[in-house]
Amino acid sequence: MTVQQKIFALIIGAGLFLVIIELVRRRKLAEEYSFLWLLTGFGIIVLILWYDLLEWLTRLIGARTPTTTLFIFGFVFLLLINLYFSLKLTKLTSQVKDLVQKLAISEKADR
Amino acid sequence: MSYELHNFAIIIPAYNETGRVAATIAGIKKVSDADIIVVSDGSTDNTVNEASEAGATVVELPFNLGYGAALQTGFKYSLKRGYRFAVQMDADGQHDPMSIKTLIEPVIADKVDVVIGSRFLDKGNYKAPFVRRMGMYFFGIITLVLTGRRITDSTSGFQALNKKVMEFYASAAYPVDYPDADVIIMLHRQGFRFKEVPVIMHNAKKRSMHGGILNPLYYIFKMMLSIFVTLLRKE
Repeated sequence: MTVQQKIFALIIGAGLFLVIIELVRRRKLAEEYSFLWLLTGFGIIVLILWYDLLEWLTRLIGARTPTTTLFIFGFVFLLLINLYFSLKLTKLTSQVKDLVQKLAISEKADR
Repeated sequence: MSYELHNFAIIIPAYNETGRVAATIAGIKKVSDADIIVVSDGSTDNTVNEASEAGATVVELPFNLGYGAALQTGFKYSLKRGYRFAVQMDADGQHDPMSIKTLIEPVIADKVDVVIGSRFLDKGNYKAPFVRRMGMYFFGIITLVLTGRRITDSTSGFQALNKKVMEFYASAAYPVDYPDADVIIMLHRQGFRFKEVPVIMHNAKKRSMHGGILNPLYYIFKMMLSIFVTLLRKE
């Protein structure tokens, strides 16, 4: 991995970390949802600084270059967070349905 | 000087507390004629019927929102009804109604804004599980460093508060899942006067809302993050 690649990845990782903390501070993002994102930023930084771990992971998954490993993990993360959001969305949809039904019924009962 | 124990609301968040909530309400009625508000957090058992038969006003959430959100519903309702003081307590019988007077008196006398009932200030018969005790100790130290105050029981759900604090708890700052040391630090930064008093607590028959459900590691992460961003906020 070249020095440029390392610097770029570190900037991405640290930038992600700062943006997430700032969003939580402004109450734009709940702590609950920040967990996966902070973990990713942390993961990127650890893998860049601890290069042996990245090389070991690269050999483990049979990739050619460490950059590929980073890409694969990035992709897996996006997959997981999408799945997590789908689960949350399903729950929210069903809660909104229950809420609206309850509201409609209680408004009818009041009249 | 004796206070008539009324003109305030007792807020009890309850999630599936059949068999316990009626006894808790009956216990309160023996020592106080305050209005009792039970917030059923999407209970699927007989909690709602049991609580209203026992004489409480029941606010029913259509589904489970979590302990903090249920409690906040109680504060919002109390504010709307014009209560100037409130006591929050658990439905499971862990909190002894005899301690309500101890909690509310300093708040009504306007000596403090919030009184937190602690299991640990006095020798009680309460024994917390080891992991919980470690967590309390850890966040107790953080609270001490950040507020200069020693709080022995930051997770205590047995508190008395006035209208100003109710308004603060009803704001977006209040955590929906589980209020802990972060709320104490917020109170401190908002300039509220708070103190701990020893209260009687019993070992609950069932810990319904917390413990076990929240993954301890996630919980520590969440609390650290919450305290950290609280410090970053200027307000």
